[in-house]
Amino acid sequence: MAYDKFNVLTSTAYPLPIENVDTDQIIPARFLKATKRVDFDKNFFRDWRYNQDGTPKADFPLNKEIYAGSKILVGGRNFGSGSSREHAAWSVYDFGLRCVISSAFADIFKGNCLNVGVLPVQVSPDFADTLFAAILADPKTEIKVDLPNQTVTLVATGESESFEINSYKKDNMLNGFDDIDYLKNIENEISAFAETRPF
Amino acid sequence: MAKTLFDKVWDSHVVRSVKDGPDVFFIDRHFIHEVTSPVAFLGLESRGNSVVYPERTFATADHNTPTINQHLPVADALSANQLDALERNSAKHGISHWGLGDKNNGIVHVVGPENGITLPGATIVCGDSHTSTHGAFGAIAFGIGTSEVEMVLSTQCIMQPKPKKMRINVNGKLGLGVTPKDVALYIISKQTTSGATGYFVEYAGDVFEDMTMEGRMTVCNLSIEMGARGGMIAPDAKTFEYIKGRSQTPKGADWDKAMKYWETLSTDEGAEFDVEFNYEASDIEPMITYGTNPGMGIGVTKSIPNAENVEGGVETYKKSLGYMSFNEGDSMIGKEIDFVFLGSCTNGRIEDFRAFCSIVEGRKKADNVTAWLVPGSHKVVDQINAEGLDKIITDAGFVLREPGCSACLAMNDDKIPSGKLSVSTSNRNFEGRQGPGSRTLLASPLVAAASAVQGVVTDPRTLLK
Repeated sequence: MAYDKFNVLTSTAYPLPIENVDTDQIIPARFLKATKRVDFDKNFFRDWRYNQDGTPKADFPLNKEIYAGSKILVGGRNFGSGSSREHAAWSVYDFGLRCVISSAFADIFKGNCLNVGVLPVQVSPDFADTLFAAILADPKTEIKVDLPNQTVTLVATGESESFEINSYKKDNMLNGFDDIDYLKNIENEISAFAETRPF
Repeated sequence: MAKTLFDKVWDSHVVRSVKDGPDVFFIDRHFIHEVTSPVAFLGLESRGNSVVYPERTFATADHNTPTINQHLPVADALSANQLDALERNSAKHGISHWGLGDKNNGIVHVVGPENGITLPGATIVCGDSHTSTHGAFGAIAFGIGTSEVEMVLSTQCIMQPKPKKMRINVNGKLGLGVTPKDVALYIISKQTTSGATGYFVEYAGDVFEDMTMEGRMTVCNLSIEMGARGGMIAPDAKTFEYIKGRSQTPKGADWDKAMKYWETLSTDEGAEFDVEFNYEASDIEPMITYGTNPGMGIGVTKSIPNAENVEGGVETYKKSLGYMSFNEGDSMIGKEIDFVFLGSCTNGRIEDFRAFCSIVEGRKKADNVTAWLVPGSHKVVDQINAEGLDKIITDAGFVLREPGCSACLAMNDDKIPSGKLSVSTSNRNFEGRQGPGSRTLLASPLVAAASAVQGVVTDPRTLLK
């Protein structure tokens, strides 16, 4: 599905300083029954956002008014572990987030994010701590994520770090392209390759 | 140049490498199920694309299926809709489909190998992270997202950066009551849930050489739980014996030709890995988890570690124990349990049912335990019946259910109620994984069986002859 181009994003951020956040928390399995991409934002972090009776948990950062409208989430180490469900990345995007920052991501989640228009930004553990401390001290802390220059900056202090992304995926994100566009364009090369496969 | 098993298989599937980008990676075999494929078909059709190689994709219904009364219409409307979508999409695009009730139906990672779709040296993907299971045959197999499912349907390729290489060697002989599940949980407890992120793992050494194919599948299945993209084991005589004659394996001259290739599939002497770990079989005992990720595992006779002795953040650790209602220093043995779940793509094969029966035979299920025994496929059910295990199960007060993913991820009605404690042979103990508020202890079929008859967490060695 097409996604909006990503260039430079400046936003406040939701802090979630928990490690090993798995995709069953991001979107529990019982909400994976749709055959269309609808309503995944509603069940984003369902069991951490809501009590079992459906009332919101006031303490959970995604429910705090002070962070409302943020387009960035800063998560703890090993964010997105577990299941390959792309629904997790959809729920991030559909909730209105365009960027997740963490000191480490699980591989499949990271790949899914890149495929749906969410930029995963991996920073050093120290810089992640700096971001968490700044947000907790001032919830209106703004973070600037600059994809062309591959930098992430704490706007108030100018503290900055660069992040990695391969130039192919970077180009995709900047232009809203996806892998299928690329693959369909080399169809003949793929079909010639397929002929050589023994099984 | 000396190459690893992983290099040999990966490199032979690269259509082209994108400069400062991923490899265009050709996929030999693609499994789909009802949960992660519908949106891929929608995408395919909205772009006006078709399925380029329908004979390379195989559909089976498993994640969302009931495990009782499969002959009746599926009661849950949303589940029924997903199952219908899989059937419709498969029929429309000429893809083989094993729906509910089909004799070949079962959990995707059980039926793939059973039917000879899984082959050494193949590349195999599925919109499910436990696709790593198929690495047991010397295939490169891993889970993908729905965008990638659409890529495979429409081009038979995905775009993947080549992972780094890790080798894990376990040498020596496993002790009494120590199973492949324990080997995997032990390795994950050492690696943590993210230790192998960015890597593809080759398992080597005596322990894996001695293991059956079912055991190798259990180990490779759990590779993702330490963050690895996948895990693989070099094919050997056992591998070839297992796949020979299955419905979809090459036959006659094609078999001979394939064998010539498969016999080259091992890591060359002197080939280099980015990182290597060595463990001793004698250090491994029956394992159990106590927290909310699979890396939080200990020997079943051990006590829950103190926060300061654990890698990672103290707050995360305390949140995890808080969810489980456990305390640092608690002994696992003797904890009263409510449920036992035997099944899943990790431990839903015939060998797992044999192991379970070896303990429950002549004993009775404890009254405080609700047990769900869910075979991985209809073929596993047939084998259970053929070996007379069904009688052992029934005599001990257990009931056999019908195949599916079931309580592993609780998408169907098989949900562990909030607060209840389950010993499960599945793969994830995440918060709410087996139902909102459920608490999961991951363990082997032997630990599950011993706990099921005693009603409390039990060391199976105390019940084995």
